[in-house]
Amino acid sequence: MGFDVNDCVVRFENVGLRYGLGPEVLQDISIALTPASYHFLVGPSGAGKSSLLRLMYLALRPTRGLISLFGRDIAVTPRDELPALRRRIGVVFQEFRLLSHLSAFDNVALPLRVAGTRESDVQRHVEELLAWVGLKDHIHARLPTLSGGQQQRVAIARAVITKPQLLLADEPTGNVDDRMALRLMHLFEELNKLGTTIVIATHNETLVKRLGHPCLRVDGGRLVSDRPEGFLKSRGSAGDGHGAEPTPSPRTLGILS
Amino acid sequence: MLSRRTDLPLDADVLGRFLPWIIAFMVFLAVLATAGMFVLQDAASRWSAGVARTLTVQIPPPTGERILPPAEDPRVLEALKILRTTPGIVRANVLSDDRLASLLEPWLGRASAVSGLPLPRLIDVEIEAGTTVDAQALGQRLAEAIAGASVDDHRIWLDRLLRLLGAVEWVAMAILACIGLATVGTVVYATRTSLAVHRQVIEVLHLIGAQDAYVARQFAWRALSLGLRGGLIGLSLALPALLAVGYVAAHIDSELLPRASLSPLQWGMIAAIPLLASAVAMLTARVTVMKTLAAML
Repeated sequence: MGFDVNDCVVRFENVGLRYGLGPEVLQDISIALTPASYHFLVGPSGAGKSSLLRLMYLALRPTRGLISLFGRDIAVTPRDELPALRRRIGVVFQEFRLLSHLSAFDNVALPLRVAGTRESDVQRHVEELLAWVGLKDHIHARLPTLSGGQQQRVAIARAVITKPQLLLADEPTGNVDDRMALRLMHLFEELNKLGTTIVIATHNETLVKRLGHPCLRVDGGRLVSDRPEGFLKSRGSAGDGHGAEPTPSPRTLGILS
Repeated sequence: MLSRRTDLPLDADVLGRFLPWIIAFMVFLAVLATAGMFVLQDAASRWSAGVARTLTVQIPPPTGERILPPAEDPRVLEALKILRTTPGIVRANVLSDDRLASLLEPWLGRASAVSGLPLPRLIDVEIEAGTTVDAQALGQRLAEAIAGASVDDHRIWLDRLLRLLGAVEWVAMAILACIGLATVGTVVYATRTSLAVHRQVIEVLHLIGAQDAYVARQFAWRALSLGLRGGLIGLSLALPALLAVGYVAAHIDSELLPRASLSPLQWGMIAAIPLLASAVAMLTARVTVMKTLAAML
């Protein structure tokens, strides 16, 4: 294949994870995700999907094994260099983890402000993206006044606002109707076409079948679907057909380009 | 005050409710302790300058002879001769009867009552600035020439007084140090509590790529703002207290009490205490946050 594993966006080698002195919740996980690949992470509840994502977005360190992100071995990366790595990752948390005292606008603006973006650019990008996810009339709404589905869209907007190189989403469409779910998936597809590596944990088998991307199947803390050819799929082959909806509106491209 | 955008809901937490009043209390105490210290320092330097350059020579009253005016008393003239030839002495004046009487008036009543009494002769001696005169040797020379003559060195009395003032100054400084430590401890405690309360938010900020310094900056600005607010409250409470003490002290007619007034520089230093306190709060909050966050992934 001629692909260097160091070029992988995410690489796990024999990774194990346990919380405290408990049993291993993840065992011998080995994966390699190439740039611009698109994977669904599936498996029953409690299988370890969220733990796997948490390792990927650097909320946890593995108890054993090697994790490398963007070619950097996490175990030897100095702590003060981790924020720069995290800025290349967009995360949609299962429970959203939005800051409830801030408005929808300020929540979405957060990653840009943390990265030191000029306030005029922040204003423009955030308003445009919030409009695209259907929250034009709720830009300055306080979080508690928004419905679950609206909050989820704010969470997704926050995750993609920086055009991350790696997008990790934990049940990103759990609280929205099918039409909005598809619309959000288009956003992910569009990001993927622009080079973002995407991993989406979901229970929505219909969506998985419809979009047709390869699956990482976790069960009992182990990766049971071992399809290395799928994981090492090179850029450009992701999202090629498989029943995906037509390309989203040019406005999306405007936001993300 | 200092309104800056913050991602953390710091307004309603323990830091916001608790810190301004603690800082106000600390600044109040610090202002009083500092003002007290300045007054003592001022008193010490004034007494030191006024008394260190003088000596008093005492010659016992004449016995069984006709009492001569001081300026004609041969023993006084002899003493003056010795004094004026001693290196380092720039002036030696005998105190007149009238001056003696007025010095004794507080104890013995009106001057007329003491006019007939045999009083010791006192010679006021001024020493050249920057030089010292061996008072003991001078006393010995005078005693050899004039029976019963002695030198009263104010330095001994003054040294004891200055030692006492020095000790009180150290106590004031120790109080200031305690106030500083208590302020730092309070800010550390309040910041840690606030960090624990906002742990979830801080974790989200970390996960979207915030540096520790980004989070610490928000806590530091908040502490500075609360510190300034508290400092100004403390200062505005302490100033009337200081002015009241100054007013009372000014109306006590005593040479012994130190002059209770401060120079513009000293007032400036007192006005800087709230700024110093808020700077300490800001720095402490920042260091506390950085240290606590360093333990997170």
